[in-house]
Amino acid sequence: MSTPTIRTTTRRLLDAPDHRGSLPRLGLAQLLEAVTASGLTGRGGAGFPTAIKVRSVAAGARKPVVVGNGMEGEPLSHKDAVLLTRSPHLVLDGLETLARAMHAKRAILALGPEIDPAAALIAAHGRKVEVVQLEGGFIAGQETALVNQLDGRPALPRDPFTRVTESGVGGRPTLVLNAETLAQVALVARNGASWFRSAGTADDPGTSLFTVTGAVSRPGVVEADRGSALRDVLAAAQPLHPTAVLVGGYHGAWVPESSLDVRLTRSDLAPFNASVGAGVLHVLDDSTCPLGFAAEVVDYLAQESARQCGPCLNGLPHLAKNLHRLAAGVRDPQLPIEIARMSAQITGRGACAHPDGSARFVASTLDVFRDHVSAHLAGWCPSRIRRVS
Amino acid sequence: MKTRLHVDWTRCDGHGSCAELLPRLLDVDDFGFPVSRSGERDPVVPARDDDAARHAVRNCPLMALRLYDAAS
Repeated sequence: MSTPTIRTTTRRLLDAPDHRGSLPRLGLAQLLEAVTASGLTGRGGAGFPTAIKVRSVAAGARKPVVVGNGMEGEPLSHKDAVLLTRSPHLVLDGLETLARAMHAKRAILALGPEIDPAAALIAAHGRKVEVVQLEGGFIAGQETALVNQLDGRPALPRDPFTRVTESGVGGRPTLVLNAETLAQVALVARNGASWFRSAGTADDPGTSLFTVTGAVSRPGVVEADRGSALRDVLAAAQPLHPTAVLVGGYHGAWVPESSLDVRLTRSDLAPFNASVGAGVLHVLDDSTCPLGFAAEVVDYLAQESARQCGPCLNGLPHLAKNLHRLAAGVRDPQLPIEIARMSAQITGRGACAHPDGSARFVASTLDVFRDHVSAHLAGWCPSRIRRVS
Repeated sequence: MKTRLHVDWTRCDGHGSCAELLPRLLDVDDFGFPVSRSGERDPVVPARDDDAARHAVRNCPLMALRLYDAAS
């Protein structure tokens, strides 16, 4: 992958020197104390506090398995690919530090097909870490699907009733952390919690990688402080006539151009029903029809369904069909009502986050682009009116 | 302690017997799959529906249902 990085003043992850010789050997109590004090949250999408996850896996009766999730199934995201190429030793440091502290049976770094494994394989040399490259797809990185694939089963999500933290790879308690989260753990172990908290906000400390894509002059991966203003993170990529930004990828939500000063925190993004997720920021320009874009995205999401759960299997194609009709200019005022009804119907049902994430994206599209929807129902598309200047 | 009803969506095929046995708890969607009326992912089973819920768990042809005790 040749995704460029965009140099910013925040450079904890992408230009990290190889400190491997000085990797501190922390016991579980010491490591947990540091990770807890750091306030680190998962960088793979859900944003769950890392210390709580580590603690629950470590409490299991059997020796655990620690898995680094480098699947990066979201097509708009390239930050793990860049991280694993530029700073693979940081990811492996985090994996190894956790595996040692937890007396893990196995430590596995799982890479998706889009990730060039060369740098990670070199960095893993001489470490007790298995590096494996697996089959991909949008949902292959969901942790139950990843555990299934690591155990030789198809890469499909399982019923989440039994958590992987209780029974995952080989039936052992399993800690699955995103590749970037592991790199952050390595930095916390080496530099301490107060250093970690010197970036970001009190509620959401540290830095994050963001993938900036879409209508920008310089697409690429940027590192920025948590809690940065959306506008500031986008600036380095030079957005072109933005009308809205999709925050969080295909399972994310839109922030309109009028709100680009919003800070990328849980509380500031909540009114948009958005979250930082895995750090995807996709810029939509004013000459791209958002409804056409959304219809294509939902086609893709429907195709990527594992086809295991009825609400997803039936609901997503239904949503895609009606979004296409709306985008094409079918003047049926029931269309947005029907799309909203189906989005609500699939939410909270299914074995993984796919129906909920897809419904969130669709509901946000109808909400943020409601004037655009009205225009389509009136027979015209605002994106097709050419700019004067 | 509350009793909650869990659907394993990877097993459920929309036969619909659960929604017939637990009409106060479950509706069906456009495609015949159960929908929790309360909107909770795993709805609470009130005591008066306890027997019906056990009946639904036993009668699901795909063994997709289970009851469990939850603190909240």
